[in-house]
Amino acid sequence: MTMIFGIPLQAFLGQLLIGLINGSFYALLSLGLAIIFGLLRVINFAHGAQYMLGAFVAWLLLAHFGIGYWPALILAPLLVGLLGAAIERTMLRRLYSLDPLYGLLFTFGLALTVEGTFRYLYGASGQPYATPALLTGGANLGFMFLPVYRGWAIVFSLTVCIGTWLVIEKTKLGSYLRAATENPVLVQSFGINVPFLLTLTYGLGAALAALAGVLAAPIYQVSPLMGSNIIIVVFAVVVVGGMGSIMGAIVTGYLLGVAEGLTKVFYPEASNIVIFVIMAIVLLLRPAGLFGRDA
Amino acid sequence: MTLTLELQKQKERTPVVAQTVFLGLGLALLLLAPLFFYPVFLMKILCFALFACAFNLLLGYTGLLSFGHAAFFGGAAYFTAHAVKEWGVPPELGILVGVFGAALLGAVIGFFAIRRQGIYFAMITLALAQMFYFFCLQAEFTHGEDGIQSVPRGHLLGFLDLSQSSNMYYFVLAVFVIGIAIIWRIINSPFGMILKSIRENETRAISLGYSVRNYKLAAFVMSAALTGLAGGLKALVFQFATLTDVGWQMSGEVILMTLLGGIGTLIGPLFGAALVVTLQNYLATSEFPVTIITGVVFMICVLLFRRGIVGEFYNSRLGRRLGFEHRHKH
Repeated sequence: MTMIFGIPLQAFLGQLLIGLINGSFYALLSLGLAIIFGLLRVINFAHGAQYMLGAFVAWLLLAHFGIGYWPALILAPLLVGLLGAAIERTMLRRLYSLDPLYGLLFTFGLALTVEGTFRYLYGASGQPYATPALLTGGANLGFMFLPVYRGWAIVFSLTVCIGTWLVIEKTKLGSYLRAATENPVLVQSFGINVPFLLTLTYGLGAALAALAGVLAAPIYQVSPLMGSNIIIVVFAVVVVGGMGSIMGAIVTGYLLGVAEGLTKVFYPEASNIVIFVIMAIVLLLRPAGLFGRDA
Repeated sequence: MTLTLELQKQKERTPVVAQTVFLGLGLALLLLAPLFFYPVFLMKILCFALFACAFNLLLGYTGLLSFGHAAFFGGAAYFTAHAVKEWGVPPELGILVGVFGAALLGAVIGFFAIRRQGIYFAMITLALAQMFYFFCLQAEFTHGEDGIQSVPRGHLLGFLDLSQSSNMYYFVLAVFVIGIAIIWRIINSPFGMILKSIRENETRAISLGYSVRNYKLAAFVMSAALTGLAGGLKALVFQFATLTDVGWQMSGEVILMTLLGGIGTLIGPLFGAALVVTLQNYLATSEFPVTIITGVVFMICVLLFRRGIVGEFYNSRLGRRLGFEHRHKH
């Protein structure tokens, strides 16, 4: 058997793959957080809850209406995005003039409410969500066995990340968003509807989280707790990457996912704290984060 | 001239009198409370109130939002429980072990967290506290999911039997009063003034030559140590220490208590803690999950009620007439 650093190649690649998959979700979620923070200056604590909502909407669509994975991949983000936009419009908006900490506290309360409600309705245990027929089975890559759905999850999330980056960097809408991040008053005086842009951004961020949730549904179980388990790790990812750049958020997400996967091979006990350790080291050496701009 | 001075003196006298009356009334109520309420319930309120007041030292008076105070509360509960049960130390020493452990933990977490400001500070404390949670989940001495069970309360100073609930109540009350007195002393000292100046305008505090980082770290460690006092006390009251107290939900709970009672008021958190604990006790028997209510109250507080109960009272006409000033900005 081929060995690498005294570890069977199979185990090494297997964990690398798991790391890449986790990294895909970290990247998608920290991307959404970074977009929302960039424009609204709000740390969206409800991001985990919106991720959970995405998965749950997909599961409910299948269980009650027989609507499958592919339509859910569009419907769930749309619904959660609209809900997010409504919340921004009616409540979150009132907090912009205050200390950004109030935004964090508000979305924390929102996350507790949503999570509590789903726990009350569906219990704390997870619900299985079947892999879509098109993506079942696996491919034998010669050195390892790759379940098709996992490959799809990596490719799809990478596509979404790059797509979002392109929209923000290369389109007119993206240039409005970037300009509003720099100087909202000036952008507004050019006749661009900044309040609408803020609503749109929060809705978009929520939709991205929900998309990650649908993508995660066949891999992890659909459970009310799936959001709060991941959100704290994503916060650490965001601290490591710094929220200054969209690309930074994406790259850091994948890097830390892989780092976590590899730790599972070499030192399993530390695998669930390795991201926090990396965060502490980055804070010592480069407090603004790897891609951060602010001091 | 003399007339205005005389008037001013009179004006100053009312608040002092009013505040003394309130203080005396409050103490009398706390002393008599076990006649009317279940002591363990009261002790739970006092422990959480001290926790929230210690947390408020950081949020209300230094302007730092920590999202990781559960690590100090639950950590101290573990340290005290372990010291009392495994080493057989007396309760007062056990609590000191908890305080010292929490202070040490606070120094480590604070050292990293003060490198960033605002929301980053909140996220870093949350992440590091979560790391401590995973440590507690795996470490041997915490007994993982089981926690440390049947911790003996022991004899205070060798003669006062704490397993009697009235003795325990007055011990908890004494520790609570001492804790509040320490916090009062800190915020009214020159050191506390500097903390408030950091809260109001950090850049200016730096330009005035204060080493803001050291002050922040000192405030963080003090807050952690006082939180540890509350955590150790709670371990003795309930005679166990579990993972619940180190989880992130606990960090959120203490924020809610402080927000509800009044950020930046000395005794506001006491009211917040009393409300939240009462709510939890009330809902404990029903199927309805507390988190939904907690979450909704959180949102309402942030949207409409940012001054909190005591803050609103201070700002009301009666509060102003009695001379309470609420200086914290919103």
